Amino acid sequence: MSADLRVVKTEAETALADAFATVKSRLPGGREVAARREAAFGQFAASGLPSHRTEEWKYTDLRALMRDAKPLASPPAAGALQPQAVGDALPGITAHHVAIVNGAFAPDWSDVDGGDPGVTVSELFAWLAQNPGFRLDLAVPEPGDPALALNSAFMSGGAVVHVKKGARLAQPLHLAYRFVGDAPAAMYPRTLVLVEPDAQVTLIETFDGPAALDYQVNGALALVVGDGAQVERIKIGHDSAAALHIATIMTAIGARASFRDFTFTTGGAVTRDQLFLRCAGAGSTVRIAGAKLLGGRQHADSTLVVEHAAPGCESREVFKTVLDGESHGIFQGKIIVKPAAQKTDGKMMTRALLVSDTAEAVNKPELEIFADDVQCGHGATSGRLDANLLFYLKSRGIPAKEAEALLIQAFVGEALDGIAHEGLREMLSGRVVGWLEARG
Amino acid sequence: MLEIKNLQVTVDGRAILHGLDLAVNKGEVHAIMGPNGSGKSTLAHVLAGKDNYQVTGGSVTFDGADLLALEPDERAARGIFLAFQYPLEIPGVTTMNFLRTALNAQRKKRGESELMPPEFIKRVREASTKLGVDQEMLRRPVNVGFSGGEKKRNEILQMALLEPKLGVLDETDSGLDIDALKIVADGVNRLRSPERAMIVITHYQRLLNHIVPDVVHVLSRGRIVRTGGKELALELEANGYAAYQDEAA
Repeated sequence: MSADLRVVKTEAETALADAFATVKSRLPGGREVAARREAAFGQFAASGLPSHRTEEWKYTDLRALMRDAKPLASPPAAGALQPQAVGDALPGITAHHVAIVNGAFAPDWSDVDGGDPGVTVSELFAWLAQNPGFRLDLAVPEPGDPALALNSAFMSGGAVVHVKKGARLAQPLHLAYRFVGDAPAAMYPRTLVLVEPDAQVTLIETFDGPAALDYQVNGALALVVGDGAQVERIKIGHDSAAALHIATIMTAIGARASFRDFTFTTGGAVTRDQLFLRCAGAGSTVRIAGAKLLGGRQHADSTLVVEHAAPGCESREVFKTVLDGESHGIFQGKIIVKPAAQKTDGKMMTRALLVSDTAEAVNKPELEIFADDVQCGHGATSGRLDANLLFYLKSRGIPAKEAEALLIQAFVGEALDGIAHEGLREMLSGRVVGWLEARG
Repeated sequence: MLEIKNLQVTVDGRAILHGLDLAVNKGEVHAIMGPNGSGKSTLAHVLAGKDNYQVTGGSVTFDGADLLALEPDERAARGIFLAFQYPLEIPGVTTMNFLRTALNAQRKKRGESELMPPEFIKRVREASTKLGVDQEMLRRPVNVGFSGGEKKRNEILQMALLEPKLGVLDETDSGLDIDALKIVADGVNRLRSPERAMIVITHYQRLLNHIVPDVVHVLSRGRIVRTGGKELALELEANGYAAYQDEAA
């Protein structure tokens, strides 16, 4: 409906159409990939950038927020990045690094094959060429999302990480997405992670780029968690304060598997994190959590769709947002329980803490239940720091700012506690302290 | 040490204290008794500096300083401690972390060096053992899941550690059974010293069997209407507050 009414394309939409027409013949991948790019761009063009009229994007009006489309990023100049810079995103954490620089896999900055015999790491298009007929959407069903369609149309590169059956990776695998350059550009990295049955891995995704540069990232990750596998993914969004950041994760969880997901956001002018998860096998446990610390005019949106398609799975979602300045924080979470998913146990909790008078929080939890023998619930709150609690702390000699910081740390801590990897939990607790100190 | 003159306080537009006078010297324990709604808790909160209590007249000086001009944390650093009637729960902040943050914040404000962890832990261990506070409780978030007795003991533990010059105990006996009351009262008695004063606010006389006051005041309708020795508490227990309510009216 809305597409029919729209006559004027935004500047960004026009630029995207022009860019696609210009670069599509040069984008990597074989004929099959090219055909899929064409279809994906067609899908995007039909709807245009999502606006407040699109229910799923109601609170993140990309048509208004994305003012222009940056040119596709070029590979970084030789020597533009020191090899150790990739590890700098994770101070104090030992990990195998897989660098995705300016939207493409960068083997020179990566540990070959993830540094572990249990894993292989390949360039996305090289892997697709060797696995003809493999369609990303066979592994994980792609939702018809306009931002994801843009990624599918422009995907510039990325990695395929294959964790072998029963492999237990001693060190986390770090997917380091980085923009190196001094002029704004756009990146569309695409990553596929296949975790075979009974394997165990911690995946860390970090996003970094030059401060104050208004570059654009639209990334997508497809993650297949095999039967009995144990996967923890931690995503750290630390982009430039001027950057536009969209990240989509699609994941299918096998039977008796365990999946933990944590998203930590402090950077970016506009951030949209969207997670589409399906519990495809029976008896799995899923924990999805996130913390956003926002200030200034930052806008950050966490959108989840958790679909229980198999019986006896448990899902827990805990999201915390701290909003300072004139920031906007959005949480949209939907739990869908399909008719076959009896004995589902799902609970979702989202809390927003407003520490300024001009910040704004939106919490939108939803349940769609089609099975009759389930336990599902959700809760949402938004509010200020409790004045009585602050007084209690101050009456013990703790100055107001310190008392606030202690309560904010405690508030975020409940979400951080869900991180299994101790080093990362501590590192992110430290980032919270750093954020609070910078707040002054 | 503490001098309150003609104190008038309004809460949410309602006048609660109507010219209260009270002087407390160091080493003294004063009991303030009175019926519900007489202004006992208001007095406690005004001394600690709660912000929705509006002082419309009078003065409070503490060791010569204008107490009412100070922020709650500054008052604490100068030696005022309020044991809350309803101690608050602080999810996500362990009792240990809370105690250390409070103690070091006060020391910093007084220009003293922060306590290093070994010395701090030693002090907490000593104080908690005396109060029968379980070490495991110290690792739990402040007051979360604590029983009424544990919460009150935690208040006294904080007082023991922070070593205030003036402790204000707001209905510390409420919600306690007799065993818990004894433990808490013993804890308070151990903190009595020639350098430290206390104001014990209570509705019932029974607490004063365990914490024996030097002076007893009757507060009614926002004023102190009678002052006497510890025997006054027994008289109130026998006769009730009715006479004072009439008198004040």
